[in-house]
Amino acid sequence: MLSIFVTAFVVGGLICVIGQLLFDVANLTPAHTLCILVVAGSILDGFGLYEPLIDFAGAGATVPITSFGNALTHGAMAEAEKHGFVGVLTGMFEVTSSGISAAILFGFIASVIFRPKGKV
Amino acid sequence: MMDEKKYAELESKISPKPPLIRNLFTAFITGGTICLIGQGISVFYMTYFDFTERTASNPTVATLIFIAMLLTGFGQYRKIAQFGGAGSAVPITGFGNAVISAAIEHRSEGYVLGVGGNMFKLAGSVILFGVASAFIVALIKTILVKFGVVSW
Repeated sequence: MLSIFVTAFVVGGLICVIGQLLFDVANLTPAHTLCILVVAGSILDGFGLYEPLIDFAGAGATVPITSFGNALTHGAMAEAEKHGFVGVLTGMFEVTSSGISAAILFGFIASVIFRPKGKV
Repeated sequence: MMDEKKYAELESKISPKPPLIRNLFTAFITGGTICLIGQGISVFYMTYFDFTERTASNPTVATLIFIAMLLTGFGQYRKIAQFGGAGSAVPITGFGNAVISAAIEHRSEGYVLGVGGNMFKLAGSVILFGVASAFIVALIKTILVKFGVVSW
């Protein structure tokens, strides 16, 4: 029970270290870095490697943006398994709906209640 | 007169080097802490609601984005980002922050053209490349399964 908190901290931290290396060493913009991480998560799931990481690290693997790519790919592959090629398109947002719906909803609420304070 | 090469040399000597080790350390601590909080939230959902280890990630992500909304709205996420660098950008809260800060900033242009039109200005590329790569990966895997090269 306690060990999952340690692995979540370490694995999540290490994924962010990879992001920081892409910032500082490869001189990429944050947008490019996040895109690379999303694609990396997607490819890892293609090889079936991301789910074992979630089992090992819990939120350390599901909170970083890599899990967004993983969830999209996972939904697409799960539907493709059931319905063939059509499922690749239709299954994509099956798993990962909450991140986008929460961002849209809370973004809208924030725009109603908060006023810009310089650069937010 | 200094030629360009000399100037570049001098500039790189004088300008401060990005403190790489320090940045990596703060990114590790910040990102790790956000994931630790996420783990706490998902344990909460597993204990008090009917969620399993796999399904708990959805409400966890939504809760983290809610927290990101409060921090962004009160101008605190910017401070975390200054300290944590990639440690604050890579977790899903960074994605939330990108959407929410764009929504707040463009509020003055109206809800339809300002908020609606600019919300995904920064985060849109993440969705595009996520969807595109998910499509390609799943398509390749489906083809490979059809030909019997690999199995699901």
